[in-house]
Amino acid sequence: MKELIQLRGEWMRGEGPDADIVISSRIRLARNLAQFPFLSRADDSVRAEIEKTLHENVLDLSLGGQLTYFDINELEGIDRQFLVERQLISRELAESHGSRGVCFTRGENVSLMVNEEDHLRIQVLHCGFELDSCWREISRIDDLLEERVTYAFNEELGYLTACPTNVGTGIRVSVLMHLPALVLTKEIQKVFQALQKISLAVRGLYGEGSQAMGDFYQISNQITLGNSEEQLLKKLKEVVPNIISYERKVRQALIKDSRQALHDKVSRAYGTLKSAQSISSEETMHLLSSVRMGVNLGLIDDLPIPTVNELFIHTQPAHLQKLRKTSLDSADRNAARAAYLRQRLSSPQPGDQN
Amino acid sequence: MKCHRCPKVATLHITELVKGEAHELHLCEECAHTYLQNPDVGESLESGPGGLIKPPAGIGEAELEELEKLVCPTCKMTFREFRNQGRLGCSHCYIAFREELLPLLENIHGDTHHCGKFPKRAPDDSQKRYQLIKLRNDLRLAVADESYEEAARLRDQIQEMENRITQETTE
Repeated sequence: MKELIQLRGEWMRGEGPDADIVISSRIRLARNLAQFPFLSRADDSVRAEIEKTLHENVLDLSLGGQLTYFDINELEGIDRQFLVERQLISRELAESHGSRGVCFTRGENVSLMVNEEDHLRIQVLHCGFELDSCWREISRIDDLLEERVTYAFNEELGYLTACPTNVGTGIRVSVLMHLPALVLTKEIQKVFQALQKISLAVRGLYGEGSQAMGDFYQISNQITLGNSEEQLLKKLKEVVPNIISYERKVRQALIKDSRQALHDKVSRAYGTLKSAQSISSEETMHLLSSVRMGVNLGLIDDLPIPTVNELFIHTQPAHLQKLRKTSLDSADRNAARAAYLRQRLSSPQPGDQN
Repeated sequence: MKCHRCPKVATLHITELVKGEAHELHLCEECAHTYLQNPDVGESLESGPGGLIKPPAGIGEAELEELEKLVCPTCKMTFREFRNQGRLGCSHCYIAFREELLPLLENIHGDTHHCGKFPKRAPDDSQKRYQLIKLRNDLRLAVADESYEEAARLRDQIQEMENRITQETTE
């Protein structure tokens, strides 16, 4: 856990196709073991059996490199929160009870959650707009696991899941987008409406139930039955480029029509982050969002995007406390966050150029 | 339909799950925007299953009793329980509640047939798997009931079946 704070998840690199707007592409598969009841009918001992079965099999997979496994029950609250902020586990897994765990790769691209809503949730995360490579990788992992365990599956309904909203493919394909210009001009509402009509869902940064902080939106498929995985991928691959070009168009219009106002907004945001003495997580996200757009539009030229991406994560409560190696109350966190931002933004780190 | 927060027409329909309970929200463009920026319960746009799964308001006692009678033979979940919590008890529930689930699936997905990946090794011993789930459920109930002799017997039976399945798969 201590080592993790020094590392940066590969998906934070800020590279990949359309990385100015698409932060990451993510696919998850919901799977259950055939010989166990779903978790709503599992008591502590059955949960423990499921955990043991998957724990052993998952650690035996050759996923390329070193795997880390955490028993979530043994972790302190702050460590669970840390894994949530890092996108390695869901809030549901952090907050539930009983035997459960997570296994992930060193690059943090692959994580496997045990005993979340289903027995197993496999997740693959890549930076930029890269759905095809996510699918290839996750399908391979799914195949490898399937050689070892028997999934609950039926010919008519496909992979059987605890909630009927996931049955069939059990897949959620999602793309995390940064859409500050569409939010600024309120054009985002049109996007929401259009997406809703074609049954795509919009969520905040941390998925289900999280709010849209820092102008980040996750666009994902709503349905899982009746369409193949490829068809569901295709739908996102068709829709997301439209949103990307819409965001770019609005950014260019803002530059053309109100360059000074935009430049002012971005520079003030940067200035505040560089000099504040106390700052909340929410305000940080909000200002970093302006700065990120400013960097992408060439209005700020001394800050690399990976650093901005990293600051979004490192300024969150659990990360901040891990970096400071101490637990802090809300007021102390705000001061520590401001100090951390001042330090990171005043003298770009040598590592930032990588 | 009118927006829940102002007199305008609602154009966005949101189903939200709060502590397992579904709440429907109908909002106009403007209120939806405010809502998505600052959801007042800390939960945001999640057109979860609850809204579609929950029984419509005003359902009669007689119908509720009918739902109560519908039981999965493997895990003993009733259809009513499922409607209340939105989660099924085991894979056999999909068979036990098939007739009731199909319209629901049609509603959620617009389809009732899987079209996509198949496990390369299709399990042909699903009856045995259901039997295992059932034994595990009986064991859970026996432990809750403090019938420890029964529990010990069930545990042995589960172990024996597991061994048999493992043997067959490795053969």
